[in-house]
Amino acid sequence: MSPAKSDLPQGTLDLLILKIAALGPVHGYGIAQRLQQISRDVVQVPQGSLYPALHRLENRGLLAADWKETETGREAKFYRLTRKGRAQLETETASWRRLSEAIGLILRIGEGSA
Amino acid sequence: MSWWQRLLRRKQMEEQLDRELRFHLDQHAADLAARGLSPDQARRQARLALGGEEQVKELCRDARGTRWLEDLWQDTRYASRTLRQRPSFAAVAILTLALGIGATTVMFTVINSVLLKPLAYPHSERLVALHVQTEKLGDTWGFSYPDFLDCRRDNRTLALLGAWTYGGGTVSQPGEPEYVDGRDISSELFSVLGVPLLKGRAFLPQEDQPAGRRVIIISYGFWQRRFGGNPEAIGTSLVFEGKPYTIVGIAPAGFQLEGEADVLTPLGQNTEVRTENRAARFIHLLGRLRPHVSLTEAQAEFAVLSSRLAKQYPRSNANLGMTTRPLRQELVGDVRPTLWMLLGSVGILLLIACANVASLLLARAVSRQRELAMRVALGAGRARLVRQCLTESAVLGLSGGVFGLLLAVLATHPFLALWPGSLPRADEVRLDWHVLFFALAVSLATGLLFGLAPALRAPHRELEHALRAAARTVSGGSRRLHSAFIISEIALAVVLLVSAGLLGRSLLRLSSLDPGLNVSNVLTAHVALSPSALATPTQARAAWQNFLERARRVPGVHSVALADIIPMRTGENVLGYSTTVVPPPANQAPLALASTVTPDYLRVMGIKLLHGRFFTNEDRLGSPAVVVIDENLARHAFGRTDLVGKQLWSRAFGPAPLQVIGVVGHVRHWGLADDEQSRVQDQLYYPFAQVPDHLLSLFSSFMSVAVRTDVAPLSVVEALRREERAASPDQTLYEPRTMQQLVSASLARQRFLLLLFGVFAGLALALACIGIYGVLSYLTSQRVPEMGVRMALGANAAEVLRLVLRQSLAMIFAGICAGALGALGAARIMLRLVPGIRPLEPATLLVMTSVLLIAALSASFLPARRASRVDPMNALRQE
Repeated sequence: MSPAKSDLPQGTLDLLILKIAALGPVHGYGIAQRLQQISRDVVQVPQGSLYPALHRLENRGLLAADWKETETGREAKFYRLTRKGRAQLETETASWRRLSEAIGLILRIGEGSA
Repeated sequence: MSWWQRLLRRKQMEEQLDRELRFHLDQHAADLAARGLSPDQARRQARLALGGEEQVKELCRDARGTRWLEDLWQDTRYASRTLRQRPSFAAVAILTLALGIGATTVMFTVINSVLLKPLAYPHSERLVALHVQTEKLGDTWGFSYPDFLDCRRDNRTLALLGAWTYGGGTVSQPGEPEYVDGRDISSELFSVLGVPLLKGRAFLPQEDQPAGRRVIIISYGFWQRRFGGNPEAIGTSLVFEGKPYTIVGIAPAGFQLEGEADVLTPLGQNTEVRTENRAARFIHLLGRLRPHVSLTEAQAEFAVLSSRLAKQYPRSNANLGMTTRPLRQELVGDVRPTLWMLLGSVGILLLIACANVASLLLARAVSRQRELAMRVALGAGRARLVRQCLTESAVLGLSGGVFGLLLAVLATHPFLALWPGSLPRADEVRLDWHVLFFALAVSLATGLLFGLAPALRAPHRELEHALRAAARTVSGGSRRLHSAFIISEIALAVVLLVSAGLLGRSLLRLSSLDPGLNVSNVLTAHVALSPSALATPTQARAAWQNFLERARRVPGVHSVALADIIPMRTGENVLGYSTTVVPPPANQAPLALASTVTPDYLRVMGIKLLHGRFFTNEDRLGSPAVVVIDENLARHAFGRTDLVGKQLWSRAFGPAPLQVIGVVGHVRHWGLADDEQSRVQDQLYYPFAQVPDHLLSLFSSFMSVAVRTDVAPLSVVEALRREERAASPDQTLYEPRTMQQLVSASLARQRFLLLLFGVFAGLALALACIGIYGVLSYLTSQRVPEMGVRMALGANAAEVLRLVLRQSLAMIFAGICAGALGALGAARIMLRLVPGIRPLEPATLLVMTSVLLIAALSASFLPARRASRVDPMNALRQE
């Protein structure tokens, strides 16, 4: 575990999961891998909280799941985005953008005045 | 998947969760192995990355959102397991609760059906009953027929207004002659109630006229009995009161107008003189409000109508008002307070049961303190523990509720059978979902009530202390709670005991009251002479004379008399009278109960003659009109009782004065208990022989016979019947009752209440004693080490005994004081609700509380003695 890795901010795990599921049906391990690859190992994906998050999203109807065969021929639970999940993803993405822009702005002002 | 699917398919979900995580671990390990790790290392690393398979699973289960239900299920199973471990505790608790909940549910079942449910008529909330009222009469009088016709014509607030009155007579064809109960009804009555006929039709308006076609509606029961349920009965002929009628309809089963009647005839065809008399108020009115018209509007309109009639007919209608009341209120009448009072008393019983179970549970909770502290130490939250305790008491409450409901199902009908007289709407009493809901709510509420105190005692701090402490020490807080339960139990039991004592005392007083007549060996029965015998007044007088002579011939008969009303039986005839020739304003005259009798009446009934003489055969039509008055009338009208020769006037007898020839003792006509409260206290008698010709056939229809016998009164009934049937086959005696039965029935309500309250008070006493015994046993067993120390330091057994008894005496006295206050309140309520009850006497209070004191002290004696026999060495070793 390198010290360069940082924890995910509160509440963003759901957003990331939804984003990845939007690319196509994917199983839990796939999501963990994809998260790590895309974030170039910067984000520490807590595998332990990945599955509870998946189940929570499934219960809220944002994800749907089916058991399908993987390319290696094993049965796995594949998650895909539902219509409701897509809408949620869009609003969450928009609000995340607004928030991160605002925070970035504040931080830049801080740098400028320093 | 919905939450209940998730719950039901729990096993499948668990299995899938397991497969999903296994797939993750395998895949991760395979990837790591591909990067060159050994299979074992790869596996280990994959597991580390996931971070504890079981924890992840637990978090996933939480995410399902059905956790609380699973916990509840777990708690429930745990609770039933702990209860099964101590079957005697569970049995006592459940039985106690079942009794309380069962009794409460029975009362609620009755109240629900009788008081709360709407009547079984369509839009029954719009049905109203109408009465006339004066300050003097109160408001329970009927209408006169002419007033009814005017109101029916003129009112605008009622969609329909119908009328009925009592009737009845002899049906002589087809089949055997039989006296049947009947009602005269106006043509719109069935439409007012919204009841369709089972078969055929209701009366037409043109049949509800003096010269209308003779048509009759028969009851379902009569149809079954006489026609075997044959639909061909409609259109056939029926001879009623000697006249042929055509059956046009059959009333639905259970159709009632103050009781079921076999035949219904058109009221408009009733040609008795009284139907034309505006002062003869014998008609009952039922109306249906127009849609969107309120009761208040109807009341306002009838106030206007009545004042108009009062102006138009001052002789009969002056000072007369008219009221409208919801029909439901009317039907239920005076049972409402009785029912609520009974519900209140079973509620008290239920509270005692709750306090009992709560103190049992509390005792258990204290001894389980270590177990609970251990759970807290292992990570259980306080809320979780409270929830678990409450689940336990809810399980107890619900089991008690199930048994209680069972008890209620079994007990409701026997209870109704016990009800004195007839409970209105008794046939509608049944269990419905209201009752189920009530029982469920009561069970849960009681569970919460008795479970809360122990649950809140679940340990939360000073864990270490609780864990280390020996389970035997009792903290002061728990002792105070225990005392509080005992005190409230005793207080509640005192309320029930004193109420029972009050009822018992009153019943004793009432049954020792002098009814004013000699009740032993008197038989009374209604008489229906043959209709053909009543064709003319002369024939009627001869038929009655013949009837008396035949009755006198029956062996065992001592003397026989006729009377239109019999004391303590239904039926009344109340007249206004005055002591001056100028009558007081209409409806303002003093009232007297008037009874027409034959000369032997005084002898048969054993009524005391105070002054003058009673009637003889010489007092007849043509001789001076005479009356005999009772001592009350004498005092009220003249201020003294020796006033033979004075005169009275009464409108009902015409303008001629009535000669007072005798004064007799007052008879408790309205029943031993109710007579003192009745509005009419004065009584007068007039000779049957002086009833004018035009009233004779009417009076003949409601005469009764009273017989004094030398043998058991009921044994002469058959001989009397045979004798009268020999005179004419279609005349009968019906509803024979002895005076003793009537007197005893007049106290039936008080006796019924005493029985119930006696049972309740006995149960309350038993429960309170069990409670005291249980709590004291527990408290003293917790104090064994302390007793040991005391005895080791020199206290002797008697001192320890006193110590324990003093503790229980303090609780008992506190309970009695609180209870006595409650009992005073209960006595005031009863004074208002039960006729014949006297204010609470100190003696009753004293006797009943000493019963409780003795019982409670004996209950505390056993534990106290056990404490005094503690072996100091053993006790100290336990510490």
